[in-house]
Amino acid sequence: MTIDPDKINVILATDCGSTTTKAILIQKVDGVYRQTHRGEAPTTVEEPFADVTIGVTNAVTEVQELAGLKLVDENGKLLHPAQGDVGSDIYISTSSAGGGLQMMVAGVVKEMTAASAKRAALGAGAIVMDTIASNDRRKPHEQIQRIRELRPDMILLSGGVDGGTEAHVVQLAELIAPAKPQPRFGSKYTMPLIYAGNKEAAPLIQEVFDESIDLTIVDNLRPVLERENLGPARDAIHDLFLEHVMAHAPGYDKLMTWTHAPIMPTPGAVGNILQRIATDQNINVVGVDIGGATTDMFSVFDGVFNRTVSANLGMSYSISNVCAEAGMENVLRWVHFDMDERELRNRVKNKMIRPTTIPQTREALVFEQAVSREALRLAYIQHKEFATTLKGVQQQRTVGDTFSQEVGGQTIVNNMKLDLLVASGGVLSHAPRMHQTAMMLIDAFEPEGVTRLAKDSIFMMPHLGVLAEVHTQAAVEVFERDCLINLGTCIAPRGQGKPGKPCFEYEFKGETLNESGVMHYGEIKLLPLGEGETAMVSLTPMRGFDLGQGPKKRVETQVRGGTVGLILDARGRPLVLPAERSACRTAMTSWVEAIQLYPEEETAAVGAR
Amino acid sequence: MAKAYTPGLKVTNRITHRVKRVLPISGEVLVKVGDPVTSRDVVAETFMPGDVFPLNMANLLSMPAADVPECMLIQAGETVHVGQVIARTKGIFGMFRTEYKSKVAGTVESISGVTGQVILRGSQQPVRVLAYMTGRIAEVLPGEGCLIEAEVSYVQGIFGIGGETDGPIRLACASHQQDLTPDVITPEMKDAVVIGGARVTDEAIKKAVEVGAAALVTGGIDDQDLRDFLGYDLGVAITGSEKVGLTLIITEGFGDIAMAENTFSLLKSREGDLASVNGATQIRAGVMRPEVIIPLTGEELEREKEPVHTAGALDLGRSVRIIRDPYFGLIGEVSALPHEQQVLGSGSMARVLEVKFNSGETVVIPRANVELIEE
Repeated sequence: MTIDPDKINVILATDCGSTTTKAILIQKVDGVYRQTHRGEAPTTVEEPFADVTIGVTNAVTEVQELAGLKLVDENGKLLHPAQGDVGSDIYISTSSAGGGLQMMVAGVVKEMTAASAKRAALGAGAIVMDTIASNDRRKPHEQIQRIRELRPDMILLSGGVDGGTEAHVVQLAELIAPAKPQPRFGSKYTMPLIYAGNKEAAPLIQEVFDESIDLTIVDNLRPVLERENLGPARDAIHDLFLEHVMAHAPGYDKLMTWTHAPIMPTPGAVGNILQRIATDQNINVVGVDIGGATTDMFSVFDGVFNRTVSANLGMSYSISNVCAEAGMENVLRWVHFDMDERELRNRVKNKMIRPTTIPQTREALVFEQAVSREALRLAYIQHKEFATTLKGVQQQRTVGDTFSQEVGGQTIVNNMKLDLLVASGGVLSHAPRMHQTAMMLIDAFEPEGVTRLAKDSIFMMPHLGVLAEVHTQAAVEVFERDCLINLGTCIAPRGQGKPGKPCFEYEFKGETLNESGVMHYGEIKLLPLGEGETAMVSLTPMRGFDLGQGPKKRVETQVRGGTVGLILDARGRPLVLPAERSACRTAMTSWVEAIQLYPEEETAAVGAR
Repeated sequence: MAKAYTPGLKVTNRITHRVKRVLPISGEVLVKVGDPVTSRDVVAETFMPGDVFPLNMANLLSMPAADVPECMLIQAGETVHVGQVIARTKGIFGMFRTEYKSKVAGTVESISGVTGQVILRGSQQPVRVLAYMTGRIAEVLPGEGCLIEAEVSYVQGIFGIGGETDGPIRLACASHQQDLTPDVITPEMKDAVVIGGARVTDEAIKKAVEVGAAALVTGGIDDQDLRDFLGYDLGVAITGSEKVGLTLIITEGFGDIAMAENTFSLLKSREGDLASVNGATQIRAGVMRPEVIIPLTGEELEREKEPVHTAGALDLGRSVRIIRDPYFGLIGEVSALPHEQQVLGSGSMARVLEVKFNSGETVVIPRANVELIEE
């Protein structure tokens, strides 16, 4: 169906999650698109309903009641197009119900084609259950055993550059074929396998698989070592997601006939909107969604998009794993008072086995936010390790490169170049004070230079990601006006110094903020600059510090305010906390007070003790 | 007034319970509707395709991959036994031939002239599904398995490790508040489902393994004790496959915490009876909790069923367990259900309820931090 963007005034969008279906309504108000109403209802994929459209109808019914419109008829069918108070012009949806899209990927060399295949799968919004490679240090029979145990929704196989060796990728296929991988849903459904490797080997691959595998052959995702071509593989993943996975989830066949654009996996849609924003505004963006079980990380640097899923870094189901991976001493460095470690360990386990509980006391909140810093920090490390330049690329060097040799596989994530950091997910979105959200981001990501901080107001990014496919303008307008809540801007120089010594000078000039001063190493300061306000700033780093233009180089730029304001962070980068526990606690206490993270008066409430 | 719903653990004297017993792949169901079964009866069986052994014959015999099909003495589909020569090189003028003897028995599945790889599949492995619960076959799922039904006493735990097992119930602790320590574990508890009271120590679990107990059921455990016993820190609560010598079920949570009194009384009243126990826990979508199932027999079956509350409804007067600090583990009654959200000590807004303890003291708790004690 062709859609004329100019004739679209009312857009209905849903995101069918594992537990909740969220609907939003976007309307054209005074010539611009705004998100106006939202509703939610439990997802109805499981028995006794076993039909996702019931949850969609319920969520949309809530929206229509709030909006005073009639969007759904008596039979639960959506009404189109919009005429007066009745109907919407288009309806779009994303889905992560049933645990989202789960894939297994395989490639010949772990660091090269297998890494590219993993990037393609993650970029399409999948959870990568395992990566099989010829050099993954597992014996062939162990690899086959692993393939037999996994129950992925589909498999992506790659390997070899076009015209290169064929044997290795065929060998991989020969491991997959006898393993007879079983799909997660439906015993009658044949396992989809996408081949995106050496095109010369495609006929041989076809011979290896029998009718128990539904083989799709697309262009090589690594046609030459120097270049990735992930588009065709990602498109094939999306198509097969709709044809196979979605078609087997209850009610999705019906839902697919309702939507005006193909249903996208939720993380794929989030990646989509972030890429559009980065491209449109020519900025570098990092987005994070921290959940109970996993943390999704997205980045766009110089136009290159990467996504990672840290499978066991989350705030409830996986909280114990975060503490185990980070070490309790690392978690506790973010806590500014004494806590009994044995009791904390039991509390962590109790949260793991009862994941829906919420912190009642300030002490519990501080601890949970400390854990989140470590979860985010670890997930960001994993992301940086994954988002790299291509490995295996031959480089020509000259004598001049002797002192600046860069090898392939360097991370492309550069905190100094980062312009916008977007937060979403329970612990970040539901923090009682936005200051807490901002500080969790700063402590975990350690942004350098001048970085804007924002949070996704009601986790609208998935809806906007799929909307961008059919109406980019509407998606971008809503993203800027309603999706993001600007927290403010963080200013932090790179470098280390001695506590108390000058770190950088600042001078702000704006309508509401005119202030100048010196930040000393180890300090952090909050300046007020409200939502919608801007100020010009002149920053002069001292010797050994860099704010983006090089050591000691002055930086002049415009900064945006937000609900928190401007955070001047002279704690140095990389951020090193005092190793000794009491010194660390003293430092944390001074920072907590400077940012007014946990104001005392708010604790005199229910259950504080 | 709309009802608020909150999850809870089931602890009940009598319930009609069904368990689904299915094969991982289709096979033969050995029972029919109405058959009585005991927990160790086999109800369904099948054969899993054997393990796959890839052999890179080109490398093993140092020859080009394309020559492999010609050098094979066994063709795809044929069976081989251990020690059988399955490939031999042509050698030089028929001399200096090298050969490969199979190290496993099985069937040749494929021979590749592209990669020189030969895939051998080992013999089939039988998979048997036991009844697990003593009862009667309620339904047969053709080719898949069956549903078994029984009148049982049922106790759901919060967390467990280890898989399915069974044994007679033996009490180790005199009260629900007594810690489960090594001195109360005796050799008579071999093959038994041992019931403790409050916290179990690492030494007590090890002693139970030593005497050969089938399972331990108690109120709480310290994280450190669990780590010492398992030998590693548990990252996510997906358990059941541990091979640690017994099945452990915790009914309340981590820390110094006593088993709920009604749970203890129920288990005590069934001392000597045969129980089926499973420690498998999965706390994700489709949550799975550990369980103790005690089928009712004789006189108990004749007794009338007790009325039960509506499952999941949070009403005034209902018993709830507080599941988060600062009142973790305390049990009380719901004494008020205010509508409006309130500001918590953490600064967050949340819907709350008031809980009254036996002492008469009342506290206000977020609704998310209680669970119903289902009866």
